[in-house]
Amino acid sequence: MNEYLAILPEISLLVVLVFVLGADRFVAEDNRRQVGMVAAWGALVTLLITVGVWWWYEPFNASLNSDLATSVIWGDMLRMDMVTFVFRVMFLLSLLLTILISLDIEHLQRPEFYGLLVTATIGFNLMAASVDLVMLFVALETASISLYLLAGFSTAEQRSTEAGMKYFVYGAFASAVMLYGMSLLYGLTGELTRVLGVHGINLNVVGETNIYELAQAIAAVPEMPEGMGVYFVVTCVLILAGFAFKISAVPFHFWAPDVYEGAPTPVTAFASTASKAAGFAVLFRVIAAGMFGSYAVPLVVEDGGAAEWWIIILAMCVFTMTIGNFAAIFQTNLKRMLAYSSVAQAGYVLIGLLSMNADGAGAAMYYLLMYVATNIVAFGVVILVSNATGADNLEDFYGLNRRAPFLALMMLLALLSLGGIPPTAGFIGKFFIFKAAVDAGLWWLALIGILNAFIALYYYLTVIKYMYLYDSDAADVAIPVSRAARLGLALGGIIVLYMGTVANQAFVWTTEAASAFFAILN
Amino acid sequence: MEFSFPILSMITLSPLLVAVIILMLPEERGENARMLGLAAMVFGLVLSLWMYITYYINLEDVSGVLWEDTLMFMETYEWLPSIGINYIVGVDGLSATLVLLTAFVGVGGVLISWSVPDRPREFFAFFMLLVAGVHGVFVAVDAFLLFFFYELAVLPMYVMIVMWGWKERREYAGMKLTLYLLIGSFISFIAFLVLYFTPLADGSTIGTFDLRAWAEVDFPVQAQIIWFMPLFLGFAILSGLWPFHNWSPDGHVAAPTAVSMIHAGVLMKLGAYASMRVGIQILPIGAVYWFPFVILLTLINVVYGSLIAMRQRDMKYMIGYSSVSHMGLVSMGFAAMNVEGFVGAGIQMVSHGIMTALFFAIVGMIYDRAHSRNMDELSGMRHVLPLPTFAFVLSGLVSMGMPGLSGFIAEFPIFMGVWRGRGINIEGTFGGLNPADFYSIVAIMSALGIIITAAYVLRAINDVFLGEYEPEKWHDMRPIMAIDKVVLISFGACLVIIGLFPGVIAPMIESGVTPVVERLNDAQLQDPFTVLEAVNNVTTDLLAWFGGA
Repeated sequence: MNEYLAILPEISLLVVLVFVLGADRFVAEDNRRQVGMVAAWGALVTLLITVGVWWWYEPFNASLNSDLATSVIWGDMLRMDMVTFVFRVMFLLSLLLTILISLDIEHLQRPEFYGLLVTATIGFNLMAASVDLVMLFVALETASISLYLLAGFSTAEQRSTEAGMKYFVYGAFASAVMLYGMSLLYGLTGELTRVLGVHGINLNVVGETNIYELAQAIAAVPEMPEGMGVYFVVTCVLILAGFAFKISAVPFHFWAPDVYEGAPTPVTAFASTASKAAGFAVLFRVIAAGMFGSYAVPLVVEDGGAAEWWIIILAMCVFTMTIGNFAAIFQTNLKRMLAYSSVAQAGYVLIGLLSMNADGAGAAMYYLLMYVATNIVAFGVVILVSNATGADNLEDFYGLNRRAPFLALMMLLALLSLGGIPPTAGFIGKFFIFKAAVDAGLWWLALIGILNAFIALYYYLTVIKYMYLYDSDAADVAIPVSRAARLGLALGGIIVLYMGTVANQAFVWTTEAASAFFAILN
Repeated sequence: MEFSFPILSMITLSPLLVAVIILMLPEERGENARMLGLAAMVFGLVLSLWMYITYYINLEDVSGVLWEDTLMFMETYEWLPSIGINYIVGVDGLSATLVLLTAFVGVGGVLISWSVPDRPREFFAFFMLLVAGVHGVFVAVDAFLLFFFYELAVLPMYVMIVMWGWKERREYAGMKLTLYLLIGSFISFIAFLVLYFTPLADGSTIGTFDLRAWAEVDFPVQAQIIWFMPLFLGFAILSGLWPFHNWSPDGHVAAPTAVSMIHAGVLMKLGAYASMRVGIQILPIGAVYWFPFVILLTLINVVYGSLIAMRQRDMKYMIGYSSVSHMGLVSMGFAAMNVEGFVGAGIQMVSHGIMTALFFAIVGMIYDRAHSRNMDELSGMRHVLPLPTFAFVLSGLVSMGMPGLSGFIAEFPIFMGVWRGRGINIEGTFGGLNPADFYSIVAIMSALGIIITAAYVLRAINDVFLGEYEPEKWHDMRPIMAIDKVVLISFGACLVIIGLFPGVIAPMIESGVTPVVERLNDAQLQDPFTVLEAVNNVTTDLLAWFGGA
């Protein structure tokens, strides 16, 4: 029974999917908005179910601990722990807000659109929960394929079609590379068992795909034979490449600006938050499981070097922040600028991963949680403005404060949060991340992160300046904001403010989740 | 000392609340914003005055050499208890004075911008936010809270400069100011976090952000020496320490009058206060080690700042650079590392705060009427603006340290402290070079700053207020409003009162700085050779680190 309860949110999403697709039959042609309403209510109910089960059902709650035996379910495919819970909340929040802000965009009011959003969310949920390479790949593809379709959803627009195509080609390539890495690892399991046998360790992992089993076996090898270590490094690089694509880390970020700019903006909002968070979920899972070896303390491996994955991710992290921010400075299109900014934001989250302590992972999760709300608010404002003006260049935001004070205020909050200024969530998020990094002895990395945050602040402040200071020709034309969009933005804004001031509950959740992550290792 | 009524939270958070209310006012009722703003500021002033007087009356009971003992009106609420972050506020003598100063300048700022023409609603909302942030830093006892409010104060500065500032420079100056201040504070923050995780003598880490604990703990000498400069400098940037003063004149000039007043009057004190509270108080040994260098920087501040001020023809730039020069005296007082220097620095913060705010208010009044701040164009203003002329002369006399006015009360102890700083026991710290020699030279040379100040202030008075008045040149010349008079008279009166009766603030400030001075004295008692060894270790470590990397 617990096993079904554990995947209740996914079941609920499936039901929502059926309702959304079915609702098409019963909704009048001129009232397509109702389909979106069904999806929005569905997302809300699922969110409540997720939180409710966790909150009130004590036996289930108690099993969300670090005990691997009770938390790994469904034939060792999924793991129900606090990590899954926190990420689920992120995805569902992202889904709900995305639906709310896109509810009144007419060309998107189709059941397929909402249906695909829901499918993608199911995929994300499973990604966050999966602890098996096969399950992980299936979940990842479920999400990815939905997103490819969504990116190209505005068939009337050329750049949307282009975005869909580009996303698909890059994405398929990245998946293939990752799958190759996984199959290589699968092929190595026999040799691994043999090597273990030579050392007198009786551990059979032939054909094993569960990441914890694999990690345990790899950790058990006292001495990696010459040559075999190279294969593991190659595996690690290939798998990381696939994940890096999902989180749009440099050098796998090239698709992001084009896709984010071309895709319908609600899809951009969704893909830049939920999809990225899901990418981080799997990355954290795999790394924290210790599948690439040496997780404990970076930089103190015997021969004086760090674990290979650590070096790779360090380089990725520094370049992601720096390149993302510098590229964003020169953008003239706000969507593109936010795209580069979201590339850069991934870099900060990677700092949390590099710290390799429970604090760091907790901080990264907190950061992602607030980033989901923040980025959706930012893109939500872009949606409403570009709907009214037909464009999303920076000039279209001149004098936004006079045309739509509410939108300007929400954008202000979002940009401050992205830039890390109190009283918004970004400040606390960055604080946790940098604190964890300093704790791990990486104060220089924290310093790099902070310098980057200020480069970023430059272009965020520029947008604030445009909104509040500059005048536009259309200064008197008000921008209509529908009720649903207002609700969605206000909800996002409240979350940003809440996580920026009170902060404690979200912090407790993410910290607990992170300790569950790492408790397994000891 | 606990207190049942949350007075500090009221002072800090009521402007925040009013800011939200103002922002929610409908557009057409924007005029009500200034009434609301004034009400909030006056409310804050009354509360802070009451708070100040209560502290003053109880001064005997709350003085001590431990910072913890000097705190009053404490409030504690849980915030993020698991990592030792809590909402803790309280004031000591110095911060009580600065809170009062902030409230006072806040009221003046609202009155001066009574007729702000453009979007008054947003103007007053952001102004309230700014005041709240500044109050917050002064009352914070938790380091995280301090950083939180610090960042909170910088943002409205940016928005206000960019939206209501002087059109030609505002975008550049606003961005420059924001980036300078935020980078500085975050570098401090990193240093602070490193210390948070630094093992102490007993092997444990400090595990809390409560500054009361930090004020008693002794960090390892090596950590103190390495991390003092980042920690101190990050905040000293905001107090305009050379060579990081560059943002300040630009920011002063570009900001609207009320913001200039807050900026020069209070915000720069924020930097000085935080660099003392978080820098010097936490790492006294680091301070003892680095201050002979820092005092040279402050000397440059004082002399160079006033020389540059002399060169300016724009009145606001002149005051901006003079402000850099005077804030240099504050840091110099700290660097003297004795009680005279600190008390002088504290009084200078207050005196300079009121004086500069008054200066900027007057320049704002002139600019509103003449639409020029160029000293070559202006002349004979005394004929049309008699009261501002009087006030300008008064604050000019304060800035050159005339006895009987507050400037003298502030500057005299600073110079005395620096001169006395000769006796400091840090011989051998710099391999043969005796840093004690700096102090007497610095004391003599910095007095030059006063002479230069006198020169440019008198020249400005001569150019702008004296001379022939040419009525045909000005079209918009009108007498000043009654509320402007209130500001001028009350600010001027403060300068005279502090000058004649230093007893109204000096004991408060002395009680506030005593714990810090005590820490420094203890640090100076350290055997110089221990320090020397630690320095050698640091050098070796750094060399090894760079060589290895």
